[in-house]
Amino acid sequence: MKKLIVIMCAAFVLLFSSCKDDRETVKVYNWGDYIAPGVIDKFEEETGMRVIYEMFETNEDMYTKIKNSNNSYDVIIPSDYMIERMIAEDMLAEIDMSAITNYANIDEEYKKLSFDPENKFSVPYTWGTVGILYNKTMVSEAPDSWGALWDEQYKNNIIMMNSQRDAIGITLKYLGYSLNELNPKALGAAKQKLIDQSPLVLTWVVDEVKDKMIGGEAALALVYAGDAVYCKGYNEDLEYVIPKEGSNIFFDSMCIPANCENKSGAEKFINFMCREDIAAENAEYIGYSSPSTPARELMGDAGKDPTAYPDIKKYNLEIFSSLGDKTKIYDELWTEIKTSMGM
Amino acid sequence: MKRNACLIPLYVWTAVFVLFPLAIVVYFAFTRDTGNGVALSFESFTRLSDPMYLGVILKSFKIAIISTLICIFVGYPVAYILARSKSKMKLVIVILMLLPMWMNFLLRTYSWLSILENTGLVNTLLAAVGLPKIRFLYNEGAVILGTVYNYLPFMIMPIYITLLKLDESHLEAAADLGANPVQAFLRVTLPFSVPGILSGVSMVFVPSVTTFVISQLMGGGKVPLIGDVIEQQYRVVNDWHFGSALSVVIMVIVLVFMYFINRGDVESNNGNGGRLLR
Repeated sequence: MKKLIVIMCAAFVLLFSSCKDDRETVKVYNWGDYIAPGVIDKFEEETGMRVIYEMFETNEDMYTKIKNSNNSYDVIIPSDYMIERMIAEDMLAEIDMSAITNYANIDEEYKKLSFDPENKFSVPYTWGTVGILYNKTMVSEAPDSWGALWDEQYKNNIIMMNSQRDAIGITLKYLGYSLNELNPKALGAAKQKLIDQSPLVLTWVVDEVKDKMIGGEAALALVYAGDAVYCKGYNEDLEYVIPKEGSNIFFDSMCIPANCENKSGAEKFINFMCREDIAAENAEYIGYSSPSTPARELMGDAGKDPTAYPDIKKYNLEIFSSLGDKTKIYDELWTEIKTSMGM
Repeated sequence: MKRNACLIPLYVWTAVFVLFPLAIVVYFAFTRDTGNGVALSFESFTRLSDPMYLGVILKSFKIAIISTLICIFVGYPVAYILARSKSKMKLVIVILMLLPMWMNFLLRTYSWLSILENTGLVNTLLAAVGLPKIRFLYNEGAVILGTVYNYLPFMIMPIYITLLKLDESHLEAAADLGANPVQAFLRVTLPFSVPGILSGVSMVFVPSVTTFVISQLMGGGKVPLIGDVIEQQYRVVNDWHFGSALSVVIMVIVLVFMYFINRGDVESNNGNGGRLLR
């Protein structure tokens, strides 16, 4: 019996010692389905580091987790307004730009944007617009206005995006206001508009929109342009439009949280993601627009797709700005909208 | 003395994993972040007086009560047939019934989406035989279906186990005294199984009233329940104070509910079982 116990203990020790991994780790926290599958393997192969990869669904999810848990990440990929908010709350570390040798690959127009004017905290990952993805076989005419999402004939055929700023933002835009509106009257109108819309909406989702639109579950969906590119690749009936009232242009950038544990590893990862071949492979897979011309050149036709690379001057596009301490107004508005659905 | 010592792990466990977290929730519910520190406040509760939140709470209870009732009406016959059955397959059937439970809850709910969606299995079959498609998903009915499906085994098992304990001779005695099978069931079997039904009710009702995954997936965000509102406070809008206040309110309501359930349980155990039906 004693012998058996000794053997079992030995087996245990062996089992666990073989699992032990001495590699340096980089913890990456990114959006769901937002990286090409092979890219992480390549990074691990080239650097000998190990990537611990976790995903979030919306900027707000990510913020809440970083703010409240002791879990630290080395690289996170928030959007513009969230970066601005995190900088203001001292949640981000300055990136050592001399370590990001591939930073030169990024086009000048994507640097020093309003949310990080000196470009000390963020390195562009992707950008894109928000618009309507529609199924040509299921609509009576090609939509060109946000009004299509409020059109009675598409009852139960509309998929909305379960993301606070995006859903409220496009409603404000439809009503002729700014995406960053704080005027209570405008916000009240937007809230009512979204509650009125609820009987027409099939479902509220974020990442699942892709499967549903490819499968033909709904006629119209509020989507990020990158997801539209992805869906169009699987279903030829789908088309993307930026409505005439204007929309949001967003920038998702790589940042390092202030409480990171491996800053130099994080910088290596960021630098790796900026390398033209990697950026091209990544952008081609996820469908979101690359801020790097050298990468786009490697992508061939995909680098010229008008869905991903529209002539941005043609549209009335606006960046989300951080609402600072007014964020609470949007938070309460969102709670009220989501609570009033189906009442 | 020795027996008390054995209970220490239980006390420690309860303190660390039940009382302490509960205290944190209560603390958050009655405080507010004022910008420079946390202060005692009832703001979260005043906000709760908005009829909108009452509406969501009522809807959550409505859906939970309907789901629980369906579970009783579907689960009881299943438990009864299983318990009475002399078949050698009995154990196999019980295992088959529990088998889906070994698979992840989310996965099971997602499969319902693929079965019921517009381009899903059922609608494809309907379309193939020339019938019009039916919109099953993203309404209250779908949420109830998801809840019943996920919690039905929790109703069947306690009833089944109670019924197993019912001695056949009681029914024979009832027959000898002139009861027909229906009377025997109503006067003997049903009262005997009340404790099983009650524990089934508390095992189905409590999780259904607080669920958020089922309502999100099957209801498509259009059937928000109180669980969804609480989840949103924690995960999206980062207002833990309000989320905790909502949780405290729900906990109090559920506690009151459980109190009455337990009282019914005690009564049916103490008295002669038939009291409820006379």
